[in-house]
Amino acid sequence: MLQARERIGDMLTKTTVDIPSELTPERLLEMYYKMLLSRRLDERMWVLHRQGKIAFHISGLGQEGAQVGAAFALKPGFDFIHPYYRDMALVLSLGVTPRELMLAVYGKKGEPSSGARQMPAHYGYRKLNIVSGSSPVATQAPQAAGIAFGELYKRKVGLVAAEAELPVTLTCLGEGSTSQGDFHEALTWAGVYKLPLIVMVENNLYAISVPINKQSAVTDVSERACAYGVTGVSADGNDFIASYIAAKAAVDRARSGGGTTLLEAKTYRPVPHSSDDDDRSYRTREEVEEWKKKDPILRAKELLMEEGLLSEKLSQEYDERVAAEVDDANRFAEEQPDPEVEWGMGPVYA
Amino acid sequence: MAEMTLIDAIRQAMDEELARDKRVFIVGEDVGPRGGVFRATMGLHAKYGGDRIVDSPLAELSIIAIGIGAALDGLHPICEIQFADFIHPAFNQIVNEAAKLYYRSGGTWNVPMTIRAPYGGGISGGLYHSQSLEALFAHVPGLKIVIPSNPHDAKGLLKSAIREPNPVLFFEPKKGYRLIKGDVPDGEYTVPIGPAQVTREGTDLSVFAYGMMHWYCLQAADEVAQEGISVEVVDLRTILPVDTKTILESVKKTSKALIVHEDTLTMGYGAEVAAVIAGEAFEYLDGPVVRLGGPDVPAVPFSHSLQDWFMPNPKKIADAIRKLARY
Amino acid sequence: MATQVVMPQLGESVVEGKVSRWLKKEGDAVKQYEPILEVETDKVTTEVTAAAGGSLLKILVAEGLVVKAGTPLAVIGEAGEAVPAGAGLVPAQTGHAVAAPQMEAVGVGPGGTSGARISPVVAKIAAEHDIDVSQIRGTGEGGRVTKKDILAYVETKSHRKEELPPWEQPGTGDLFKPTEEVGAPVPVAPIAPASRPTLHALPSTALPGDELMPLSSIRRSIAEHMVKSKTVSPHVTTIFEVDMSRVFAHREANKAAFERDGARLTFTPYFVAASVAALKAYPQVNSSFTDEGLLIHKHINVGVAVSLGDEGLIVPIVKGAEGLSLLGLARAVNDLAERARKKELKPDDVVGSTFTITNHGISGSLFATPIINQPNVGILGVGAIQKRAVVINDAIAIRPMVYIGLTFDHRVLDGASGDWFVAKIKETLENW
Repeated sequence: MLQARERIGDMLTKTTVDIPSELTPERLLEMYYKMLLSRRLDERMWVLHRQGKIAFHISGLGQEGAQVGAAFALKPGFDFIHPYYRDMALVLSLGVTPRELMLAVYGKKGEPSSGARQMPAHYGYRKLNIVSGSSPVATQAPQAAGIAFGELYKRKVGLVAAEAELPVTLTCLGEGSTSQGDFHEALTWAGVYKLPLIVMVENNLYAISVPINKQSAVTDVSERACAYGVTGVSADGNDFIASYIAAKAAVDRARSGGGTTLLEAKTYRPVPHSSDDDDRSYRTREEVEEWKKKDPILRAKELLMEEGLLSEKLSQEYDERVAAEVDDANRFAEEQPDPEVEWGMGPVYA
Repeated sequence: MAEMTLIDAIRQAMDEELARDKRVFIVGEDVGPRGGVFRATMGLHAKYGGDRIVDSPLAELSIIAIGIGAALDGLHPICEIQFADFIHPAFNQIVNEAAKLYYRSGGTWNVPMTIRAPYGGGISGGLYHSQSLEALFAHVPGLKIVIPSNPHDAKGLLKSAIREPNPVLFFEPKKGYRLIKGDVPDGEYTVPIGPAQVTREGTDLSVFAYGMMHWYCLQAADEVAQEGISVEVVDLRTILPVDTKTILESVKKTSKALIVHEDTLTMGYGAEVAAVIAGEAFEYLDGPVVRLGGPDVPAVPFSHSLQDWFMPNPKKIADAIRKLARY
Repeated sequence: MATQVVMPQLGESVVEGKVSRWLKKEGDAVKQYEPILEVETDKVTTEVTAAAGGSLLKILVAEGLVVKAGTPLAVIGEAGEAVPAGAGLVPAQTGHAVAAPQMEAVGVGPGGTSGARISPVVAKIAAEHDIDVSQIRGTGEGGRVTKKDILAYVETKSHRKEELPPWEQPGTGDLFKPTEEVGAPVPVAPIAPASRPTLHALPSTALPGDELMPLSSIRRSIAEHMVKSKTVSPHVTTIFEVDMSRVFAHREANKAAFERDGARLTFTPYFVAASVAALKAYPQVNSSFTDEGLLIHKHINVGVAVSLGDEGLIVPIVKGAEGLSLLGLARAVNDLAERARKKELKPDDVVGSTFTITNHGISGSLFATPIINQPNVGILGVGAIQKRAVVINDAIAIRPMVYIGLTFDHRVLDGASGDWFVAKIKETLENW
């Protein structure tokens, strides 16, 4: 049965969405704040790299709308998340702190994801049900399917009461990763077993330097959903409200037994792939400048001001609060010591 | 006590663990109603149902990755790979993910998963149904690797593997599935992962082996005993982490070491054992450390004569023992 | 008997000329009719010949001086003959000489910010370039910003149009580099020597002893483009001859001023400017052929072919040339050529030309028939500029001449329209 595809918001046709009632002014402002916090933290990390203070940074700049929208549709600490390396705004919205993120870029002792064994942006927070990720892309997708499978299994065999609320699993990846076999195999299981899973593809149009038209013959990633018998949705990833609506629908679908959603968040990566990439070798400045006009935070600010929820005064206050948080996190991390050598030796076996 | 084949012992282990712990389930190709292509899971689908004995799509990567996900979720999956030769698509998930999750998460996420796969030649399986892969995976800290040689150990070790909080590769010598018979005690027991076992005591030289080769070594030892050569045979059982203590104790006693495996010789597991012996028992050696393995060709050929040429057998092992004994 | 050599009247309205170069020195033997010096006016450059043979006894006007027509320039006589008194030595002050540009004195001040140690030279450079020293990573003792550090900073800063945030500045391009290099301005020395490239199997057409040189990607792409261009456009070339005297004169008069403004003035900007004038007059040449119609481009983006030696050629583009002065064109052309040679061109620099110029004369070629750079409809080939004897007003004059050839796409232009276009270029150059 071919599933009809859905489109929620569209940057190209300038289609916007109505604000759902459950997004109260407080919630909307909270989402805005988180996007802003992620952005400024991200920018600071770029600066730190250029100053030679950190070895590596890989950015989520420009993708905050999609990530914050998704995060606010989930139940932090209950649902499972298997993110990818650009998901800074996502994990910040779920409860990770700026200090924890700064510890990672500095590679300092006490870094919670991995004890600074991994590169930064390899998020893993057990208490938040954020699964530790690796560098080979797309490996998270079938593992996320496995977690979703496990949760269904527990209810089928009576390890957990059947009527107990079902945690959903969100996994995120870039559109480049949809070429990997792992992606295909994850969705195969997702379709066959109707897994409570959301596969969110943050389509930012580039896999390092390879543009999407060299990655896939289909324009919308969500087009592939029908091949697996799952629901396909394309959302305006730079509209935080459209992203929320799409993610919430996917979460509800998963929790109620409706199965997996292949959620494509359409966005853009205005920065180079990572701290040492030179993106001038594969795209023009004009293209980047055009996309900057569609920045999610810019659009969010405009919308909130139009709705009368964000004044200049409040906006400035947020700027100052965010700056203070960023500075605090930066200073804190810089002051921490490096991990002792013993941290490298283990733990290898449980 | 009951006598049973290797495959029966393996099945019994899984049956008991499935009954004991609802977190345990089996996933793999044809494991359900078919009972597995070697009938390792025969009858289990009827007993435990399709929710717990899961027929997977034809996708080895996902058999492992779904297993990893389920393990991260707190379950104890047994992932069957139909032939070890087909494990390669899942190599990334095993080596980069399962093996490293505990370390990379600072000990907060672990993977209590068992991967079972039939391995080894001598069944006219050709290049892609006869491979030995323990050497590849033994190089990866974070994994455990177990290779039983008899029904008693197979059942006990598999139960340990299923309960183990780490990923365990359980390679089963498929030629011996029905050829190897042995006694299995009634009642609950496990064999710990790690310790090797001296299965035949001797004084002139030590032979280290595992899987099907262990049997051949015992047969070769019997043969040369008649010529007055006293051979000590050690069944390694756990390839990673290997029991260096038992290995070194044996070498210190006999002063000569021969390692036998059916895997191709270069960079086979014997190379590691030989290096450990040479490095740590040097002063006890009275002869070179010798390895006997398959020839360095890409894999086991099909035709009868070619397969025989490839595979170590009791006669080749006996010849190697004689040569080392004479040194 | 001594004879004088005087500044000739070189044109009807020409009242003075510059002694640009003496071809003989005092004491040299000269033959009658032998050229002994070059003189320049703003219209023409010409040689002055000896009216009589003998010895060049005295040079009266030095190189670089401008004197009125009729002024004695030299005396020729018999070797050893005395120079007549009052031969009219022209004092140096009456000539015009081009003064050397004055260097502005650079103030040496404390400069810099408080806190970190800032050495006098660093402070000076910081003041010159209006730099906040605290923005620079110091590699000196205690993190001090050294002279090398600030010069490197200036170097990278000068390549940026405005101060961009770090996430809009490109990285090195190597996604990972040795940990030792994190933050270091100089890459760590490589440890392995470069290996010789291996030869591939020879093709079946090879003769004994042949060696196969693999094609670089730039060579391959040139090969593809050239074949495609010839297949798509019917190529016709029309050749004109241009008198470059006025351009020469203009260049002489202006090159110092241009240098001061940071642009070395070569002949290329003149050809670009003349092409722009012609493209404005004949917009159908600033176009691309499509099946739907002739696409007339709004902007004039002139590609200027740059040779990369053995490696081939590349065509960086002066974008928006219609809005650039000669100085602007000179700057753009120099910048593109330098970056082409340093392999620092970006995609923006090589995509989007509407017309192309190739200076094949640089290696001595007089005229050529270059291949159109698709999707342009014309390419201007400029040959070597050479002094030739030409007939002007039924007299023989010596002028710097150049052959310019327009190779055009006959789908778009015909002989007549092609010629009108080149005639406009010629007219522009000859009336500079």
